[in-house]
Amino acid sequence: MKTGAKILVESLLREGTEIIFGYPGGVVLPIYDELYDSPLRHILVRHEQAAAHAADGYARASGRVGVCLATSGPGACNLVTGIATSYMDSTPLVAITGQVPTSLLGNDAFQESDITGITLPVTKHNYLLKSAGDVGRVVQEAFYIAGTGRPGPVLIDIPKDVSTGMAEDVKLPDKVTLRGYNPTYKGHKRQIEKALEMIGHAERPLIYAGGGIITSNASPELMEFATLSSIPVTTTLMGIGCIPCHHPLNLGMLGMHGTEYANFAVTECDLMIAIGARFDDRVTGRIETFAPHAKIIHIDIDPAEIGKNKRIDVPIVGDVKAVLKDVLTLMKKQGAHEVWLKKIKHWKQHHPLKCPTTGGLHPQFVIRTLSELVKDKAVIVSEVGQNQMWTAQHFCFHNPRSWITSGGLGTMGFGFPAGIGVHFARPDVPTFVIAGDGSIQMNIQEMGTVAANKIPVKIAILNNMYLGMVRQWQELFFDRRYSFTELPAVDFVKIGNAYGIEGMRIETPEEVLPAFQASLDCDGPFVMDFRIEREENVFPMVPAGAAINEMIGGHPR
Amino acid sequence: MKPHTLSILVENKAGVLSRVTGLFSRRGFNIESLAVGPCEEPGMSRITIVVIGDDAKVEQIMKQLNKLIDIIKVSDLTENERVERELALIKVTAEQGTSRAEIMQIATIFRASIVDVSPKSLVLQVIGETDKIDALEKLLRQYGVKEFVRTGTIGILRGSKLASGGK
Repeated sequence: MKTGAKILVESLLREGTEIIFGYPGGVVLPIYDELYDSPLRHILVRHEQAAAHAADGYARASGRVGVCLATSGPGACNLVTGIATSYMDSTPLVAITGQVPTSLLGNDAFQESDITGITLPVTKHNYLLKSAGDVGRVVQEAFYIAGTGRPGPVLIDIPKDVSTGMAEDVKLPDKVTLRGYNPTYKGHKRQIEKALEMIGHAERPLIYAGGGIITSNASPELMEFATLSSIPVTTTLMGIGCIPCHHPLNLGMLGMHGTEYANFAVTECDLMIAIGARFDDRVTGRIETFAPHAKIIHIDIDPAEIGKNKRIDVPIVGDVKAVLKDVLTLMKKQGAHEVWLKKIKHWKQHHPLKCPTTGGLHPQFVIRTLSELVKDKAVIVSEVGQNQMWTAQHFCFHNPRSWITSGGLGTMGFGFPAGIGVHFARPDVPTFVIAGDGSIQMNIQEMGTVAANKIPVKIAILNNMYLGMVRQWQELFFDRRYSFTELPAVDFVKIGNAYGIEGMRIETPEEVLPAFQASLDCDGPFVMDFRIEREENVFPMVPAGAAINEMIGGHPR
Repeated sequence: MKPHTLSILVENKAGVLSRVTGLFSRRGFNIESLAVGPCEEPGMSRITIVVIGDDAKVEQIMKQLNKLIDIIKVSDLTENERVERELALIKVTAEQGTSRAEIMQIATIFRASIVDVSPKSLVLQVIGETDKIDALEKLLRQYGVKEFVRTGTIGILRGSKLASGGK
């Protein structure tokens, strides 16, 4: 006989978990007692939200299931933003929460919250355990559900008496079977043939590549397909890294802050091949004018994404990697599309992203300097807002999973704690967190975590003393009425120092490269406070509700 | 916008109903009627839901329902020939020597049965499609409907075809 807590820790190890991020509390004491002398590594965060983001960051960078742990009530509630972030970006996460004893469930007991109820709409599935005998099976199921099909977060709520209760070891099956859960991996052959026929006839085809390619580890197949068929590729925010930035077929990001040439290509293409992407409103702009001349092929593992926002001509439900493999097998002729590619080349030459050089310190220059310094030897994690868009636009990403960002939910406060998880997934390369002065302050307490554990995350704060993206909208659409978007100056270097973290303030372009170099020379975490041009905007930009070729801040056409 | 009768086969587990209804409320859909009960498969239940919505929105909800782990099969009965029934219990004011005979006549026409008699009231039980039950309730209103209780709609396909997919 073993306690539920012991079975839990053993089950996590059985699933191959090497690290969990958590925060102890009353009802998880039995679990923490098991962790005390377990080989399972535990990182104590300073706020439960950070535990969820760190586990998520670990999952995104490694492709493996991330695990976080919190106590009942406030602990569990603090995970919710992190769980919702994971849900929106389809990342594999298992969140474990303590719960009051089963005898007190529903009694408004101390630190009780109905966390399975609260997380119902933001989890792929969740469990409220009732007996220690269920722990092993449920952990196995949770990892299976989180990591397969379209991945997502799964929460396991464990009442205290389940942790302390005794149960026999249960023999678990080698493979989980759930009668209500059977994801489709293989694409329908006839549909693939139909798609290939369409591709064969297209004159101006375009691949619209989303985060599903990263999730499915399908970059090599995508590259082969794009190269053989000479089809240019535009990526979503989440798809960045699936094709190297400098690849001649890469058009960069599309959508609200996409490149002009990507958005022109979308508007003029006659065939769009959407792969692991979901036609999000930040991508499409006004949906009626998105790819108005194109037939659309949509490859996605989730049938609910097909036709959700846009009418699809050829849907292919299946795992992106498996489908692309079949596409490559069945593909007979290779494409050329010289006229189309020439046109795109012309757009690329005449509508490059702008990188201002005059005046003070420009964030675009900061990002480009970092990019040139670290090349493909780093993982970049962003916060949300202008810092995120500048990085997406100006950093040259070479590899999948080297760009970690909160896309769907757009969670400020995600980046820094996610960076902690990223470091443990990729200790071989430096992890850089690109933040704004607004977003870094949403989880700045994690400086305590990185300092205490000597986690060498390099934090680059693009400090403009504003909530920059909101200020940009106020400037452009609200007559410069900066309602509650100005932040007083904060000395982030001093804050870092208080935690025992080294740092540097950067005020001129000349100081940028030495600062990044110093951060790499430092063994531990490092804070860089970049005092950038205060009213720098992210351009080009598609105003809300406009068509995506109606950009402002671009080049004259 | 038309009514859709969805037949949903689910695991008989705690919380399944709220997972299902949550997908409707999140999209601002009102559930017109709901019926839940055990079914032919041990450990499973069938939920029948009637919602009014345009076809594309209902299709999206069905796809989302299919993604729930505890849901085994979702089908829209509205696409097929089917039998649909509701049951209602209606408590009507019926003092002795007044309208009692009339009410009993109406009950006969609707093939409703009188399941309870008291000096001041009658309880009618009626089974039928939504329209029939609505019509009876409307007719009885003039006598004074004190309480009107109805189940959700349940439905089954005609012929040997099954909502659960088999033949």
